[in-house]
Amino acid sequence: MQVTQWSEALSGWLMGLGLPGWAAIFLVYAVGSFILINYGMLSVLLLIWITRKAISRIQDRIGPNRVGKFGLLQTVADAAKLLSKEDITPYEADKIAYNLSPILAVFGVLMLLAVIPFAPGLTGVDLNVAALYVVALGSIGIMAALMAGWGSNNKYALLAGFRVVAQLLSYEIPLVLAILTVVLLTGSMRFGQIVEMQSLHVAGFNLGLGWLGIVMPGALIVFFVSSLAEAELTPFDLLEAESELIAGFHIEYSGMKFAMFFLAQFLNAWILGAVAVTLFLGGWQGPGVGLPVIGPILGLGYFMIKVFGVYVLQQWIRGTFPRIRIDQMMYFAWKVLVPLMIGLIVAQAIIQKLPTPVAIQYVLIFIANVGVMAVVAYVLQKYFREEQIRTKRSFEPTSLIGGMQVSEKGTMY
Amino acid sequence: MQLPLGIEVPIPTFEQFVFIQVALLTAVAALAVVISRNLFHSALALTLTFFGVAGVYIFLEAEFLAVSQVLVYVGAIAMLIAFAIMLTRSMMFGRTSPLNNQWGKSSLFAFLFFSALLAFARATPWPAASEEIIADEALIGQLGREFVTTYVIAFEVLGLLLLVALVGAVMLARDR
Repeated sequence: MQVTQWSEALSGWLMGLGLPGWAAIFLVYAVGSFILINYGMLSVLLLIWITRKAISRIQDRIGPNRVGKFGLLQTVADAAKLLSKEDITPYEADKIAYNLSPILAVFGVLMLLAVIPFAPGLTGVDLNVAALYVVALGSIGIMAALMAGWGSNNKYALLAGFRVVAQLLSYEIPLVLAILTVVLLTGSMRFGQIVEMQSLHVAGFNLGLGWLGIVMPGALIVFFVSSLAEAELTPFDLLEAESELIAGFHIEYSGMKFAMFFLAQFLNAWILGAVAVTLFLGGWQGPGVGLPVIGPILGLGYFMIKVFGVYVLQQWIRGTFPRIRIDQMMYFAWKVLVPLMIGLIVAQAIIQKLPTPVAIQYVLIFIANVGVMAVVAYVLQKYFREEQIRTKRSFEPTSLIGGMQVSEKGTMY
Repeated sequence: MQLPLGIEVPIPTFEQFVFIQVALLTAVAALAVVISRNLFHSALALTLTFFGVAGVYIFLEAEFLAVSQVLVYVGAIAMLIAFAIMLTRSMMFGRTSPLNNQWGKSSLFAFLFFSALLAFARATPWPAASEEIIADEALIGQLGREFVTTYVIAFEVLGLLLLVALVGAVMLARDR
């Protein structure tokens, strides 16, 4: 099924009105980016509200409930408060880097919205390298963190900036590898086509349940965990640790500049959820999206439900998981996720070259995913049990005398 | 478009107009890399230059190359340069002049090199883009196939080089 892109339809209509081609295309993309950017900015109000409500419920509180219905306008009030705060520039700060960094952070995240397929034919640009584009734009966020850390003229901000770079670069690798499994299976980096592939036609009716996450749950889990780290969410929010580190690399920022980092972070979590939905959970696919008129509307509904579901899941994890240490974080990325993903990709590449029908290949890929995950889970469980014993032993009074030796032998490095 | 004094200025098409902007951005950023007194600002300007080059690639309808450019140059190389600058304190805090006593000679040679490049670029008959090089998934697939067939030796040697660099870095960073 070939769906017409909204941009083609609109520019065709404008050219029909007698506009020259370049003006029509310019106008269409200007309108598109205006809508997307405003959607991104405004949705953050809702995202912050969801976060506060979800975490409040987990912590047995009510959460914001004074401003507006159900406290929905609380974030607006907070934004107004942040706007009225004094804009501080630290002594001897690198002014260019310091002032450019929050803009870059938001810019890098908003650019991602351009390739997200919201509904059939409703993508900002259906880029043919969309999967790679998502990864490439992550580097802008890293650059922004580095600039903020350096430009603040604060050694703690700089240290946190280094940590952010280490974390984001490390988790980009399993993230890319997880995306690669999808690209390998669908043979396309175009998000539109990846979503198209996840339909499921039964007797000519599109059930829209051929989600890749069902075929490769391993890649889905790795992608989700890495996207938690990329969005600096718990359990990987050791860079933020508001109660301990006073928020890491953007410690020196106040007022609206701080709010921009905040906005970028929330929007990034949502967009990475949207990418996860696009790649693994069928995007806008769902029962009945093939229908002529209500199909696209249903598609938009399915997409939003799925993405906000993933977002709530992220907040659920945020409310329940403890934070991990920096060495554990690096260890987990390089020694667990990367080998796991490489194993999955090798298995999948071999399976896809087998001379069997596609359906059997899918089953084999599913078995390989579950198998690799089971092996990793077993090894990790064994490791953590040993670690637990070791930790307990090193805190016992008798072993504290020779405690150094115990931990020397027993550490994982 | 007719300016006073009888100078004829061709009106750029929309694409040319955008291209001029991208090219200007690239050139100005590249200039800023060289003349900035602050080394960190030079690194930032270099990042901007990389973006500009990616923009030029998009004009050539090589989206894959453009995105790879951002991924590799902005995501890895610019970051590496920024780290290297930050970890060399003495370079960081001295606001040194970008000129040393050889600027005259080097600018002469740079100019000569640029003239040579320009002459070559004008003399070469560049093939016009044919319909089949329009970038698409098929092109990316073809690129991959070329890497493991025609250019397999270069590809493997590059991989080996990176592995050597990685092992070397681990050896340097290891506790002794």
